[in-house]
Amino acid sequence: MKIIVCLKQVPDAKNVRLDPKTNTMSREGVKSIMNPFDEHALEEAVRLAAEYGGSVTALSMGPPQAGEMLRGAVACGADAAVLVSDRAFAGADTWATTYTLARAVITLGGADLIICGKQAIDGDTAQVGPGLAGRLDLAYASCIKKVQEVKDGVIIAQRMMDDGYDELEIPLPALFTVVKEINEPRIASLKGKMKAKKVEIKVLDAAGIGADPKLLGLAGSPTKVDKVFAPEARGERTMLTGTVAGQVTQLVEKLEAVLNA
Amino acid sequence: MIVEVAQQITNEKVIPCRAELDETEEFPREILREIAKADLAGLYIAEEYGGYGGGVFDMVLAMEQFARGCVGVATSFAASALGAYPIILSGSREIKQKYLPPLASGDKLAAFALTEANAGSDASGIQTTAVLDGDEWVLNGTKQWITNGGEANFYSVIAITNPEKGARGASMFVIEDTDPGFSYGHKEKKLGIRASATRELIFKDCRIPRDRMIGRQGSGFITVMKTIDRSRPGIAVLGVGLAQGALDEAVKYAKQRIQFKKPIISFQAVQHLLADMAIETEAARALVYAVAAHIDAHPNNMSKASSMCKVFASDVAMRVTTNAVQVLGGYGYMRDYPVEKMMRDAKILQIYEGTNQIQRNVVGQELNKEYN
Ligand SMILES: Cc1cc2nc3c(=O)[nH]c(=O)nc-3n(C[C@H](O)[C@H](O)[C@H](O)COP(=O)(O)OP(=O)(O)OC[C@H]3O[C@@H](n4cnc5c(N)ncnc54)[C@H](O)[C@@H]3O)c2cc1C
Repeated sequence: MKIIVCLKQVPDAKNVRLDPKTNTMSREGVKSIMNPFDEHALEEAVRLAAEYGGSVTALSMGPPQAGEMLRGAVACGADAAVLVSDRAFAGADTWATTYTLARAVITLGGADLIICGKQAIDGDTAQVGPGLAGRLDLAYASCIKKVQEVKDGVIIAQRMMDDGYDELEIPLPALFTVVKEINEPRIASLKGKMKAKKVEIKVLDAAGIGADPKLLGLAGSPTKVDKVFAPEARGERTMLTGTVAGQVTQLVEKLEAVLNA
Repeated sequence: MIVEVAQQITNEKVIPCRAELDETEEFPREILREIAKADLAGLYIAEEYGGYGGGVFDMVLAMEQFARGCVGVATSFAASALGAYPIILSGSREIKQKYLPPLASGDKLAAFALTEANAGSDASGIQTTAVLDGDEWVLNGTKQWITNGGEANFYSVIAITNPEKGARGASMFVIEDTDPGFSYGHKEKKLGIRASATRELIFKDCRIPRDRMIGRQGSGFITVMKTIDRSRPGIAVLGVGLAQGALDEAVKYAKQRIQFKKPIISFQAVQHLLADMAIETEAARALVYAVAAHIDAHPNNMSKASSMCKVFASDVAMRVTTNAVQVLGGYGYMRDYPVEKMMRDAKILQIYEGTNQIQRNVVGQELNKEYN
């Protein structure tokens, strides 16, 4: 089974600050990490390849620094790593990103299975997984929390829902996204790190993936950001005091007042 | 790279569980498995036996991290290496081939058994015997306070094989946990390192094949000495890691604890306490690293250096952890904060693998020889 896992380098959310003037993220001095959901996607890919045979290629679109993250993926068990990197990709929204990733997958000869994290913690759109599946015309499922079995070209998996889970049969080739519940990512082993240090990371640029320049980066992105702002805190806060029973009565009264207004 | 891997295991697997392991006295099997999965179980074992082929220095780097998280966990890891060293240093090829690969992969654990009720600092007082009967050695006696006792799969055990020959009358053997006549006795309740198992080993007509002897007959104490010369920097570094862990907690706390309208770190008395803790920890680290590198260069005599670093770093760990409790005040005394455990854990470092008095004896005796 040929598995591709899509990884994104994101700013470490623990120490991200917003520039108060532009309302954009200030990336300066902020450590980059692998998108946490993608760690689970990688772990699942490595686990499935070990159990059912096959190879795992880690794929990322990003600046050259994302190569380090890809090395980390190899340390955690990926067999190969490919970085799609070109200035022309800058400013891509999810539409242009899925186009770029799809071209990269095709260039790599396709895959039986592509795994992505549910969403990236910076953009939070959760669109790249399904978008990529759409571009490549693959069977798709989101929020997989458990892969039970891969048999006769079908993946039997559980999709997390608000009130339980769906059991799905997903025919290969397929793409699914994962939630954190699916596994516990491993700690990179010493041998893995040694392998990662030596591994050659394949870099593909726009020409290398045979992309149409008009569909890349900012030019290929229909999303236009008008304004970024922090929503103002709404309404006034009132602290209820008194006995618990008294507070409950007050709360009910206030809620009724709102409902009846 | 070793530091990075060990650091991540410590932060993600050890620190979140340490309080519970301390409370329940549960053996940290899961954590040892994580260490093995990260290829650190065989750090000190030669590549031909499935290990990483590292030296004392590599071990020291990994164990410093583990000890920063929990000395109970780090001790369990270290004790397995202590059980393996006699095999590495004196074992035949066959014995190495049989016992080292499963240790390197982390499938099995080892332990080291010297101490008995009447043989603590005075190792020559051991009374466990091994008598050859046909093609088998028959062991009788009881070892006590054996770290990893009951948890390890095999034990490097020293026993008297010729009572007339004194120090040259003892030999080392590998005992497997399934050997007939071998059983476990009392499991100790301890002040600290409560995640580690400390237990009695009982040999009652325990029969083992003749080829389980490690090294030559009569070489038991030589093997023990070689083993502990190499393992003492490992104990020393547990002190360094522990002191670092306590310092980290103390500084973090001192920055956020407000008294007299100021963070307590702004009081010079507290600052100086912290400064001394940091200075001593750094000095201990420098000494341990230097000694580890020295040992890896295979000098003829390493006992003095090895003892020096064990004494110094364990004394530092005791002082630094005690002062960390002081910095945290009453909160430090409570189990809600990790420093009281650190202080309890520190004490063992001054006792096991030769008490600090015995280490000073070694240093003193070496000085006496040197200035002849
Ligand atoms: C938690 C724990 C784990 C252990 N794990 C192991 C293990 O895995 N394997 C193993 O074989 N052993 C193990 N031991 C035993 C440990 O190595 C001994 O406890 C240690 O060597 C000291 O022996 P003792 O406790 O009998 O003290 P004693 O020898 O009775 O010493 C008592 C006191 O007298 C002092 N003293 C004794 N002789 C002298 C002297 N000549 N000069 C100056 N002072 C002296 C000592 O320093 C000490 O302060 C463990 C012990 C503990 C507590």
